[in-house]
Amino acid sequence: MNTNGQPVMRAREINKVFGATHALRGVDFTVRRERVTALFGENGAGKSTLMKILAGIEAPTTGTLELDGDSVVLKGPRDAAARGIAIIHQELSLFPNLSIADNIFMAREHIRSGVLVDQSAQRKITGQLMERLSEQLEPTTLVSDLRVGQQQIVEIARALAQEARVLIMDEPTSALSVAEVDVLFRVIRDLTAHGVAVVYISHHLEEALEIADHVVVFRDGQLVAEAQAADVNAAWVVEKMVGRNPDQLFPSEHSQARNALLEVEDLVVADPTNPGRLSVDQVSLTVHAGEIVGLYGLMGAGRTELLETLAGRVRPVSGRLVLDGKPVERSSIAQRIKLGLALVPEDRQRDGLVQGMSVGQNLTLPSVLRFVKRLWVSATQEREAVERTMKDVTVKAAGPQAPIGSLSGGNQQKVVLGKALLTQPRVLLLDEPTRGVDVGAKAEIFELITQQAKRGLGILFATSEMEEALHVPDRLLVMSKGRIVRELRRGSATREGIMSASEGMTQQAATGTSS
Amino acid sequence: MSVASTSASPTSAPPPAEAPATTAGRMRMFNLILEARAFIALIVLIVVFSLLSDSYLTSDNLVTMTRHVAINALLAIGMLMVILTGGIDLSVGSIVGLAGVIAGVLLEGLTVGFLDVTLFPPVWAVVVIALTVGAFVGAINGTLVTRFGVAPFIATLGMLYIARGTGLLISNGETYPNLGGSPALGNTGFDFLGSGKILTIPVSIWLMVLFAAIATVLTRKTPFGRWIYAIGGNERAAELAGIQVNKVKRRVYMISGVCAAMAGLIIASELTSAAPQAGETFELNAIAAVVIGGTSLMGGRGNVRGALIGAFVIGFLADGLVIVGVSTFWQIVIKGAVIILAVILDQSQQRIQRRGAAAAAAAQLSTSQTPRTPAAA
Repeated sequence: MNTNGQPVMRAREINKVFGATHALRGVDFTVRRERVTALFGENGAGKSTLMKILAGIEAPTTGTLELDGDSVVLKGPRDAAARGIAIIHQELSLFPNLSIADNIFMAREHIRSGVLVDQSAQRKITGQLMERLSEQLEPTTLVSDLRVGQQQIVEIARALAQEARVLIMDEPTSALSVAEVDVLFRVIRDLTAHGVAVVYISHHLEEALEIADHVVVFRDGQLVAEAQAADVNAAWVVEKMVGRNPDQLFPSEHSQARNALLEVEDLVVADPTNPGRLSVDQVSLTVHAGEIVGLYGLMGAGRTELLETLAGRVRPVSGRLVLDGKPVERSSIAQRIKLGLALVPEDRQRDGLVQGMSVGQNLTLPSVLRFVKRLWVSATQEREAVERTMKDVTVKAAGPQAPIGSLSGGNQQKVVLGKALLTQPRVLLLDEPTRGVDVGAKAEIFELITQQAKRGLGILFATSEMEEALHVPDRLLVMSKGRIVRELRRGSATREGIMSASEGMTQQAATGTSS
Repeated sequence: MSVASTSASPTSAPPPAEAPATTAGRMRMFNLILEARAFIALIVLIVVFSLLSDSYLTSDNLVTMTRHVAINALLAIGMLMVILTGGIDLSVGSIVGLAGVIAGVLLEGLTVGFLDVTLFPPVWAVVVIALTVGAFVGAINGTLVTRFGVAPFIATLGMLYIARGTGLLISNGETYPNLGGSPALGNTGFDFLGSGKILTIPVSIWLMVLFAAIATVLTRKTPFGRWIYAIGGNERAAELAGIQVNKVKRRVYMISGVCAAMAGLIIASELTSAAPQAGETFELNAIAAVVIGGTSLMGGRGNVRGALIGAFVIGFLADGLVIVGVSTFWQIVIKGAVIILAVILDQSQQRIQRRGAAAAAAAQLSTSQTPRTPAAA
């Protein structure tokens, strides 16, 4: 047996272009038998895109794939599955209206007498898979009745049921408890011992390094570093991920906090997808003028729900919300924007931009009424404001008339930021403002945020990137399961402290509720 | 296309502004073709029919055909607004009939039972009341869609029946035969809408031009127009931008109702009689005109000019087939084929456009692609 693990799958010179975004640039990547290859990189570095190419979901723009040394063209996810490649998606891709067994065998049903689904066989295999994953769940349970961690287990079981030779796991542990992670790691070791090649993506560096044999780091669509897991540590990975000295990426100056601008008291928000559960649970926080307050939390911690509630999209169950001395919990989105509250949403494609419109029209979408003369929009006034903003937020585009889709991810994000700034806000709510943005644009966005804070804006900055949480905010709130579980001053925050707070809700509840 | 993109990027380092400029230029050219397509079809129609028949391309016939077009164009303008927000309005044909019935009731005398008087409102009041009824039906559509969350297709399908039934109830299923009014009552002149002329051109054509001009300004120049496109393009983003999505949607259904009522008045005026069945299946012609004009049924893309050209294509095609003597049944088949062909062309244009943008971006990136070395730590 080769100690290095034989290559089972290879990607050569892969380029992938989406519209104006170059997601992958000449990537060479090898998946080895009996080995766990861990992929690291910030959001948008290209990891997930490469995995989608390996799993046949996306086709590369240029470049080739090899399976067992032969060049292959994957015609789709079904083709990839037939060749033994399975993927566990970052986003849950289950059918909540169907049972666990139905989900696991979706589009791969066991057939009895030619036409009928063999329910009993499917349930039996599902029961065995659940046992293997140490999960006591009935195969007939509806997926909508499971909590997020259990749903992730079902995703994993679904991939296991395919008996794949190459198993890709994109953030499989983001919603799992510590005990469930231990079980998953046991299963992974069992799989590799049987010759399976595993590709593992995680934001949790220490955890991923524990299970990995090989380590690969991505940045801005390129594979920038490769090593044996035994030879490296988390600090090495971070350095390669960020690509420059963190002091250069993150602004060093920080401004002085002044009066309170945004006060949130005992905010409670129901979870619309899980009736009876709360997505935001008694959150209280204050943002002062000139202050950047960070909000760190893993997937499902409630960051986005909290920010959307503050912006007025979601009605809270209870709680008080005061903006600059005025209660706003009953105000509409438009009224809050007028009072100076602006949201930069997490998903700019879904919530931030209108694809058919130009850069300029997107920029003035919430503030267009300011440019109305008599009955219509004054083209000169609007153009002037658009050009000024494009310069302020350093958007690189052919001009205000350029279609928004022709811009790179970083520039699109700057348009969303500029759009928020054009409403002349007092408080800026930023939800993952650097998601899918290259390192250069990241530094510019942080610079911009710091500038705005210095001008007296209050900024609430939500992130799931550890390095950003450590370096950008003046004060960091850690969220877990809808609650703020810890508050850390800049400088006193450590990676371990943040991580344990964001995951270890149980120990935190034991020590932290009395305060 | 690949040839064009490589020649556009010289081997020496290009100035950074150049690549985006060629991309934008290419996009503009594609857009031009996209928008001109329906117009080119219209020209082809006119040329073909004038070769087939001497009576097609005469000024009399052009005016007659344009009068036919005006009805559908009015409906298409209202329909366009609704479709731009991602909705649909199936009730416009019934509003055409209802508006005619309202005009019929008012012009032939509205008897108020308990006062024992018959009212004969002046023509301007009749027009205002009929348009208001159109707006009211639209407001109900909009409320069903926004407040009660009924899918636009279903809400306006229901209203198609309700408005039609209401017109039949009011008229008891009978036609109002005389909308001429009488000089003694001071309510003459209703026929001006349908038969009057200003500067030798029929009033209905002027009304089409007026409505088209207002709609063009509304969609292109006002915040309201911006919001219509934003809602159709990305409703979530529009909502987060503080746009009152429900209010805008209610307004577009009201506009569509007013446009339909206007069309109904013109028809009643042309005939100086109002049948409660008027306007049946007109909603489908209006949708067809909007679609032929390059408007996406998903919302967010399309314009007034396109909808107008679409209405002309349908009208000139239908009248041309009649003049040339094609059988009625074939006319129906041909109309259906034209609609489908228009959408197929639109889809392939969209694909070419996207591919062009991607290719341009790829060319641009590959010329500027130098492996970035990580900054030395």
